[in-house]
Amino acid sequence: MTDLAATDPLPKPKRDFLPALLPVILALAMLPLIGSGSSWVTLTVASLAMGMMIFIMASGLTLVFGLMDVLNFGHGAFIAVGAYIATLVLLPLAGSVQADSLLVNLAVLAPAALLAMAVSGALGLVVERVLILPVYGQHLKQILMTTGGLIVAEQALYALWGPQIIPLPLPSSLRGSFIIGDVAIAKYRLLAMLVGLVVFLAIQLVLNRTKIGLLIRAGVENREMVEALGYRIRQLFLGVFMVGSALAGFGGIMWALYREQVHASMGNDLTVLIFIVVIIGGLGSIGGCFIGALLVAMVANYGGFLVPKLALVSNILLMVAVLMWRPRGLYAVTSR
Amino acid sequence: MMILSGDPPRSRVLSILLVAIIAALAVAPLLFPGAKAMNVATKICIFAALVASYDLLLGYTGSVSFAHTMFYGIGSYGIAIALYSMGPTWTAVATGLALALPLAALLALGIGLFSLRVEAIFFAMITLAVASAFLVLASQLSWLTGGEDGRSFQLPELLRPGTILIPKDWFGFAINGRTLTYYIVFAACAAMILGLLRVVNSPFGRVLQAIRENRFRAEALGYRTVFHLTYANCLAALVAASAGALNALWLRYAGPDTSLSFSIMLDILLMVVIGGMGTMYGAIVGAAIFILAQNYLQALMSVASEAAANAGLPLLPGLLHPDRWLLWLGLLFIASVYFFPTGIVGRLRAGRIKPSGSVH
Repeated sequence: MTDLAATDPLPKPKRDFLPALLPVILALAMLPLIGSGSSWVTLTVASLAMGMMIFIMASGLTLVFGLMDVLNFGHGAFIAVGAYIATLVLLPLAGSVQADSLLVNLAVLAPAALLAMAVSGALGLVVERVLILPVYGQHLKQILMTTGGLIVAEQALYALWGPQIIPLPLPSSLRGSFIIGDVAIAKYRLLAMLVGLVVFLAIQLVLNRTKIGLLIRAGVENREMVEALGYRIRQLFLGVFMVGSALAGFGGIMWALYREQVHASMGNDLTVLIFIVVIIGGLGSIGGCFIGALLVAMVANYGGFLVPKLALVSNILLMVAVLMWRPRGLYAVTSR
Repeated sequence: MMILSGDPPRSRVLSILLVAIIAALAVAPLLFPGAKAMNVATKICIFAALVASYDLLLGYTGSVSFAHTMFYGIGSYGIAIALYSMGPTWTAVATGLALALPLAALLALGIGLFSLRVEAIFFAMITLAVASAFLVLASQLSWLTGGEDGRSFQLPELLRPGTILIPKDWFGFAINGRTLTYYIVFAACAAMILGLLRVVNSPFGRVLQAIRENRFRAEALGYRTVFHLTYANCLAALVAASAGALNALWLRYAGPDTSLSFSIMLDILLMVVIGGMGTMYGAIVGAAIFILAQNYLQALMSVASEAAANAGLPLLPGLLHPDRWLLWLGLLFIASVYFFPTGIVGRLRAGRIKPSGSVH
């Protein structure tokens, strides 16, 4: 029999590192299959960059689900809106985008990103007030409402910008690659990796180390209690929704620059990828979402290199495999 | 009432509306023999059955599936590939059906067992992912499916437009192979909708509704909910595949855009919700309104768009452009989910009976 005194620290929850090791194990297992070390490095960097970008886009979705229990099928719309808003800055200032100085390039990219985040965040506010507020707690209606929102948003983008694909060239200082030995690493991918890591750490820090994060986590656990303590949880959740939308908009620009084009259906196309990531990670888990995004990107890149035909359905196979192992995703959020 | 399975429309306006739609469809090839009108009528028939089968899932069990076009596509491609590779014979039609229907049922079983078991919300996302993988497969396996171009094929002799069954001077109406095909589609779709009406008004259908209202309680009452959900899923898939086969027969073609694309899925969703979830009759009303709007609203919008452009209004011409008709239907969809979740049919019925609680 164990005696627990009141002063004893609470037992810490067991940490589960196995899923976190999966990307590492996968990457190492692929090394002998790919054979050439330089191709492996290139593929791995490509996977990490792609994974970080997918994470930025998917993080909002999983945050909103995890914290507010809202299933947003229209998340892809914020991605497309972010990308379109960025073109408003990047296309008129094409001269500065194509200037040879990194500083000048960044001076255009930063306001474009900020504007896109502001607009998609503001759109998030409208969407939450108009579409989601009436259907809190009703998953079926949430899916229907937000799917309707996605249709309207896509059509509105077509109406405002026209149906053609808008080319969006990368800034000149982010083109090309660093060559180290016989390994080529694309500059933009390096930047994407860096940005994705910063976003991941920032979300983790805010959620785990700040008072707002504490309130959000508490609100998820027991909403009435936090309200009874005098905090306005509605405002807090609205803020979370806006941040999620803004992150999607930010991911939208990064993806548009990566693909060097913007199209109204990009939100729709990415939705499937994002859902797979969120499902693999476990709905509502930021860490799981991060690992899921990396795994999806790795399977896409390695698979595309090794067995191009299989790569088309590799995401589904990965999802099936993960769900066989853990039916609620890698890190199941246990509160519901 | 037997044929309606004890579930009559229960609203005078709805009854009149349904009789009008069905009567119009029944005489469409005789009164409006033009190619466009015939296509619209056929599409209404096929989508009414397809939407009804989707309603079995969405309206009666409350599970959102995005894989319904996958089954529709399996039916379409089954017929198309069989007729393309075996030639225009009835054996080929039978082979196509014999391969496509079990495949659809098997896939539905797989998805059902796999994902209905886990969290309910997973189901929507997983079906979306599987359907998109299937779309990719269909457009990539070009040796089998014809890739992006799809497969065109010849119909058996009897169904061809050139085959005159009853010449015009007999009745005043010409009945040719095309008319016969239409009536096959019409009869098959009517049979499927009546069959589905039977299913949802059977004890099995009541269990599905119980699961929709409170899955936990249904489980506690001793119903094996996974079994029921999977069964409903397979049934819906079979009807969808049959509708797909009929569509391929009518179009003499199957391709990714006409049978698998995500936009068809959205169309189905719009039709179910606007027509009325969980009513079955909503499928007929929803499909008729949607497809009529799709084909005839655009002409109206183009007039409005030009008028707005001539008046020099900003933005409005773009928003009223005929290609943007989906924007307005999307708004109607949202309004419909919010203000009358049981759709047109639910709204019409509401005067008679108390609304049976909204669908969650």
